Amino acid sequence: MEYYSKKIINRFMHPKNLGKIKEADGIGDTTNLRCGDLMKIYLKVEKRGDEEIIKDAKFETFGCGHAIAISDMMCDLVKGKTFTEALKVGYEDIAEEIGPIPPVKVHCAKLAQAALKAAIEDYKEKTKL
Amino acid sequence: MPKIYLDYAATTPCDPKVAKAMSVFLKKDFGNPSSIHNFGQKASMAIGMARQNLAEFLGCESEEIVFTGSATEADNLAIFGTLKAVKITKPHIITSQIEHPAVLESCRELERRGVEVTYLSVGKDGVVEVSELKKAMKSNTVLVSIMYANNEVGTIQPIAEIGELIKKINTKILFHIDAVQAANFLDCDVKKLGVDLLTLSGHKIYGPKGVGALYVKRGTPIAPIIYGGGHERGLRSGTENVAGIVGLGQAVKEIQNPKLKIQNIRIRQFRDKLIKTILKIIPASRLNGSLTQRLANNVNISFDGAEGEAIVVALDQKGIACSTGSACSSGSLEPSHVLLALGLSEEAAHGSLRLTLGKYNTAKDIEKIIKVLPVIIQRLRKISGYK
Repeated sequence: MEYYSKKIINRFMHPKNLGKIKEADGIGDTTNLRCGDLMKIYLKVEKRGDEEIIKDAKFETFGCGHAIAISDMMCDLVKGKTFTEALKVGYEDIAEEIGPIPPVKVHCAKLAQAALKAAIEDYKEKTKL
Repeated sequence: MPKIYLDYAATTPCDPKVAKAMSVFLKKDFGNPSSIHNFGQKASMAIGMARQNLAEFLGCESEEIVFTGSATEADNLAIFGTLKAVKITKPHIITSQIEHPAVLESCRELERRGVEVTYLSVGKDGVVEVSELKKAMKSNTVLVSIMYANNEVGTIQPIAEIGELIKKINTKILFHIDAVQAANFLDCDVKKLGVDLLTLSGHKIYGPKGVGALYVKRGTPIAPIIYGGGHERGLRSGTENVAGIVGLGQAVKEIQNPKLKIQNIRIRQFRDKLIKTILKIIPASRLNGSLTQRLANNVNISFDGAEGEAIVVALDQKGIACSTGSACSSGSLEPSHVLLALGLSEEAAHGSLRLTLGKYNTAKDIEKIIKVLPVIIQRLRKISGYK
């Protein structure tokens, strides 16, 4: 396995979901000092009946190429999903899209999950009546 | 896309003269140096000549050179081999926090076996304080192992001064230096340096991989760590890597070529231009390690808001090969132990880039990286949300 696959390089060089969302409904960040990565996910949420749908997701990441590619992919995968569905997105789903990730980098997917979870919690906190 | 190599501290290409010298011993003169027939004797003589080359370079006798399978093995032999031979109940060794893993991990293993180890801290400049070393010396100190020049930040240690101090305090204390990164640039005369053991590597000096050497001063107590047919005066059994040893010998001969001095001046000018320009045109960038006590080919710079491995991957996309200061790419996620020892924060240690120059670099290479790097840092800072 190549340390950096073509698909991952492509995502790293040309991320689709980079940046902040102005007036985001939820913002979550996380730190993983062991590898030094910091991820931040911004969400735009739409309420449909009883359910919340993620309308848009963007990211900012201080990390390696894998961490950046995974953050970007995570944003892609959660768009259009309900919170319950989005929280189920994990390493396997990301790997299905961008190919396998070296074992030492698998934790980047966990980091993206944690950032997403934090963003959803932030939304819930903000909308609590 | 033309490829630019700026990772000479990781490994160097073989000099064509080295490759040519080696190829004879891979094909035509393939004999086992231990054989008494002509094939064997040709190989044996070639090893003798390589040994002579190393002896000239180090200012020692050829009998004081032991060829090994790598510099890591030479470091292991120096540390485990001497500790095995020195008969003392609770030995103490001194090393530094910024050593190569070949030394650091050997010391940690000895610690697990009950040996006392002092890991000297370094200042922000990445240089060992001789006064600190003096304070660390004890009556049971048997070995001091300090690298000549650091592989990550290129800082040069005051070896001659340390050598003098050790011999003044206790002539029985052995002094080992890892001169792997230093060999291309610094005087390696073992008498001037006052060392008992010195490690060299083939592939950092335009020689082949898979061969190293240890200088062992006559009379130094040392026992083998590999047992077998008694090659290399019993200190390193195993049929000699003839082509590799010939390559190392040729590489060392090339280092002594007066042309190298001119090459090294050019390399130093490139280095100075890189450091000066990068620090000037990229905001929030800092040089790691001393500017003055530094190898002529080493640039190690931290950038706020841009992670080291991401910089390396992005540069690779532009055809520029370099490395991070951190060990992240080698499978460990811990930030560089060297940068942490220099007092960098974990985040800063993760945001470092190491450019190491060599004799095949051109002025164009330097211009290219100066052009490409600011764009990459800016893009990564945008990705990380750095203001």
